[in-house]
Amino acid sequence: MLRFIVFRLLQAIPVLFVVISATFFLVRQAPGGPFDAEKPVIPAVKRALEAKYNLDQSLFQQYLSYMGDLVQGDMGPSFKYPGWAVQDLIASGFPVTAELGIYALLIALLVGTSAGVFASLKPNTRQDYIPMSVAMIGICMPTFLLGPLLVLVFGIWLEWLPISGWGDLPGDKILPSITLGAAYAAYIARLSRGGMLEVMSQDYIRTARAKGLPEHVVVLKHALRGGLVPVVAYLGPAFAGLLSGSFVVETIFQIPGLGRFYVQAAFNRDYTMILGTTIFLSTLIVLFNLLSDVIATWMNPRLRDSLRGGPQ
Amino acid sequence: MSEALDVNADVIANEEHGISLWADAWRRLKSNRLALGSLVFLLSLIVLCLLTPWLAPYGYEQQNLELGATPPSLAHWMGTDVFGRDLLTRLLYGGRVSLMVGFIATAVALFIGVLWGTVAGYLGGRVDTLMMRLVDILYALPFIIFIILLMVVFGRSVLLLFMAIGAVEWLTMARIVRGQVQGIRQQEYIEAAIAMGLPVWRIIWRHVVPNTMGPVIVYATLTIPQVMLLEAFLSFLGLGIQPPQSSWGLLISYGAESMEEYPWLLVFPGLALASTLFALNFLGDGLRDALDPRASKD
Amino acid sequence: MCCALPVVACVQMESKTILSLFLSVSLLGCIKGETNVEQGNREGVLHFGNYGEPQGVDPHVATGVPEHHIIGALFEGLVQKNPNSLAIEPAVAERWTVSDDGRVYTFTIRNNAVWSNGDKVTAADFEWSWWRALQPALASSYVFMYFPIKNAEAYFNQQLTDFADVGIKAIDEKTFRVELDAPAPYFLQLLDHYALFPVHRLTVEKFGEPDESYTRWTRPENIVSNGPFLLDEWRLFKYLSVKKNPNYWDASKVKLNAIRFYPIDKQTTEERMFRAGQLHRTEEVPIDRIPWYRENRPELLKIAPYIGTYLYRINTGKPHLADVRVRQALSMSVDRRRLIDTVLNGLFTPAFSVVPPGLLGYEPPDVFTYDPDKARQLLSDAGYPGGKGYPGLEIQYNTHEQHRKIAIAIQQMWREELGINVRLQNKDWKVYLDDETTGNFDASRGGWIGDYVDPNTFMDIWTAASGVNRTGFSNEEFDRLVLQQAPNAKDHDTRLQIFQEAERLFLEHMPVVPLYTYSSKHLAHPSVKGLYSNYMDYYNFRYVSLVPDSTSGKPN
Repeated sequence: MLRFIVFRLLQAIPVLFVVISATFFLVRQAPGGPFDAEKPVIPAVKRALEAKYNLDQSLFQQYLSYMGDLVQGDMGPSFKYPGWAVQDLIASGFPVTAELGIYALLIALLVGTSAGVFASLKPNTRQDYIPMSVAMIGICMPTFLLGPLLVLVFGIWLEWLPISGWGDLPGDKILPSITLGAAYAAYIARLSRGGMLEVMSQDYIRTARAKGLPEHVVVLKHALRGGLVPVVAYLGPAFAGLLSGSFVVETIFQIPGLGRFYVQAAFNRDYTMILGTTIFLSTLIVLFNLLSDVIATWMNPRLRDSLRGGPQ
Repeated sequence: MSEALDVNADVIANEEHGISLWADAWRRLKSNRLALGSLVFLLSLIVLCLLTPWLAPYGYEQQNLELGATPPSLAHWMGTDVFGRDLLTRLLYGGRVSLMVGFIATAVALFIGVLWGTVAGYLGGRVDTLMMRLVDILYALPFIIFIILLMVVFGRSVLLLFMAIGAVEWLTMARIVRGQVQGIRQQEYIEAAIAMGLPVWRIIWRHVVPNTMGPVIVYATLTIPQVMLLEAFLSFLGLGIQPPQSSWGLLISYGAESMEEYPWLLVFPGLALASTLFALNFLGDGLRDALDPRASKD
Repeated sequence: MCCALPVVACVQMESKTILSLFLSVSLLGCIKGETNVEQGNREGVLHFGNYGEPQGVDPHVATGVPEHHIIGALFEGLVQKNPNSLAIEPAVAERWTVSDDGRVYTFTIRNNAVWSNGDKVTAADFEWSWWRALQPALASSYVFMYFPIKNAEAYFNQQLTDFADVGIKAIDEKTFRVELDAPAPYFLQLLDHYALFPVHRLTVEKFGEPDESYTRWTRPENIVSNGPFLLDEWRLFKYLSVKKNPNYWDASKVKLNAIRFYPIDKQTTEERMFRAGQLHRTEEVPIDRIPWYRENRPELLKIAPYIGTYLYRINTGKPHLADVRVRQALSMSVDRRRLIDTVLNGLFTPAFSVVPPGLLGYEPPDVFTYDPDKARQLLSDAGYPGGKGYPGLEIQYNTHEQHRKIAIAIQQMWREELGINVRLQNKDWKVYLDDETTGNFDASRGGWIGDYVDPNTFMDIWTAASGVNRTGFSNEEFDRLVLQQAPNAKDHDTRLQIFQEAERLFLEHMPVVPLYTYSSKHLAHPSVKGLYSNYMDYYNFRYVSLVPDSTSGKPN
């Protein structure tokens, strides 16, 4: 197992290298530059700006100097907010988004797996349909709809909760976490229901049942482990998706998170910020995908056995 | 749309050929009333959208600025938007776009994802590593920039819309399928098939792919509404359909902007998407149950 | 404390005691207590919706509207505008004289003008600050604001190396003299633009080279400024707060203790925050929301004409748009009144000129009006009777709800009135700008907000060399009128006549379709006093106060 993890971590290096290089050259091909504005700056100013940010050098030279700085942990100043270094902006936005993402994922896991597992116990009955329908609200209601709806109901009409900010007023973290978690709850419910049904028809479950084990033992001790494999496989990408996809929630609720930086950087053509957030997020994606693969392997008895001897 | 019909046609055609798996599945699907009802609902929705140009009471771009946004009435069953355009008409036309995008783009994602995931998961080793690391790379590239560049290179076309959506959605699909296949690969019946000397593609097609269908179908039914909403986001980037045309995703996102002022502009498109989603979900579950190979042993 | 709450909430949901979830939430409602507005009214803190995250607060480097509000609170120039009448009033300069030929301004700096660290504000501060702004390496976006000053442009472009040749001079500690190339009646207004504000030399130099931008000198712990407020706290993408500057020369009259600027880029979010009592004032109001306020809370709605024109640029370089008659047909066939009264909820004023009416007495020429019959005739004369044979055109606009609505209505008007095929294409902001700059469009939505109250700010942008032009319009006569004749006009009336002549010429070529004159629209809580509505949408926080009345802290 350890070898497997080390092996995968080593693979991450070329992956990140390709991501960084590809992103570096791709963003420069997109139309429009960071200094374009409705009222364009006069040419002399634009030249001075370009000189200041090394944009007057050849693209390859810029690439080399960027990589050189990057190795030393310097992502350069943001083009849009030049008073800050990209790594400082990320450091300010990431904890917020991570916290939001964790709450959302916890909500999604609790609601999703319980609905999915519960539904899978008696498929195609009311016990199936009702929890699944509730869980599916999250998909029917995209974030940009659920967020404002919660704001209106709980913030404006009932006046129970604050409708914006993060950690400024008591309770202001509730609505954004629910909004972000809802969509993932639906996915997790569907995946866990499917996974459970898949497992419940497997031979080892039949064996367990035949041995006369009580149903809750069969479900909790034997079926859950295999049945939740698809959920676990989904968690890695889901958490990474939560981090970069929290943009809408962060915008609706005025949360100073990484999701907004990531999306706005692309719209602003903030080259260094795009690169910085991409590097950061792709590192996380690689790590989380690895983590979810490790857990999935651990949960799948056959795979685990095969991996004891190392990867292949 | 036609893709979805083909799938069903396939199912039926295969039944006639007497291939037991698909025939079995169809028989079991027929006995699941909810799934069958959902299938009928979806098919009639497709037919309705196909016939829209003849059915719609107004033109989708026909404005009546002086009328403005009005709540549902006898003349306009679902009310009108700020331009005085009939919402029912726009919903029907929007359905054409959304269903087409939803089904085709999901089919694209499904095809690439299943193929990629199966091959990676089955072959394992270096091939697997290489293929899955490529998935990691594609996951990581900044999506908005990627779409903008696609538009620069290929122009803004509907075909590109399918490609762009498919290109994103297949990644997760591939990961899920690969995870499944890795498990299946270790099963006795696969080892038996290998021992019997069956060709690889035959093992994959006959024994591996059918066994991944459960999670794949579940994920596909989840992907379709996702794709319909993604289409709306892409059209904000300038890709996809442009006004005065519309889609359910766009109707919903505009409806959400003015949900307090003109709630009907949100409620009806929302209901259309939700009912389609529920039908897809029930049908997906029915298909999953019907295609479960172990269940067929009963 | 609140970090654990969502988890608690979902555990409860798990155990299906939804009732207790609701109970705990309503309990929270109780501890929530005071709104920002209530607290702000009590403590003298203004909560101000401010559009976007400011890029920085260095007056010589800043460019945007959010920065404008903040820098206006932190710094002060030689003169400022009265927030009610927009008349020029003394600020750092207590008085000034203008030479008879209108070219030399001599300012006397008030004795009690000090920096926030206690240093005196001197004429040398201005001389050094303006020298700094003219350093090419600083890349000041608004450096063109200096160009009416003698030799300033040449110095900036490094055709001149000796700053002594530039018309900027500190005569003694309190006397500051500025010499212009030519009389510019709007020059005093420019002095109230942040690009011409002074900065504190020692502080700037302590944290970097004078011509270095975005150094740490503008951080709250370092900055030294001379305005009514001090930078207090800057939390990225959350808020920026300023507090009263006790050293400000007129501090006794400043009523607010602090201002919190919230960067809110989504209008619907801002409006809901206002309704929830989290903001005193909003930067915008969603158009769909206007009727509700008009009907229910008209006293909160602040709408005023605004010095800006919304227009469509027409690409005169495209063969099917090169014929002036086609462009005139496009312009005459748009029923602006109907567009505004329906889709835009009656917010704006129809425009048939690019210069808004009433700028220092300027009245735009009367060149055309809404006339669909004449429009069809013109299109027919151009060779496309009833739109037949016309290849059609595309309207491009950057992704935005309001631009989309206007484009949909105009698309229909052009189709119905002229019988031509019109496509719409929205684009992301940078792609839209890029396509407009490179001439890759047919018709493109645009707008222009005046930098100062004078027709010049709406006219010089259409000269051939202007980067804002982007229509392919190029006319020597027009350039000559705007760039040479107007600045040298012998008196104000002659100058206005020259501009009128220039605009007539411009509109006859119709490289743009003017649509409406802007309105500023805000929501303001009744307790806020002194945020006057004016043509520039200009505020001076010196005059703002919070007077809580008997009504509740919530606007709804």
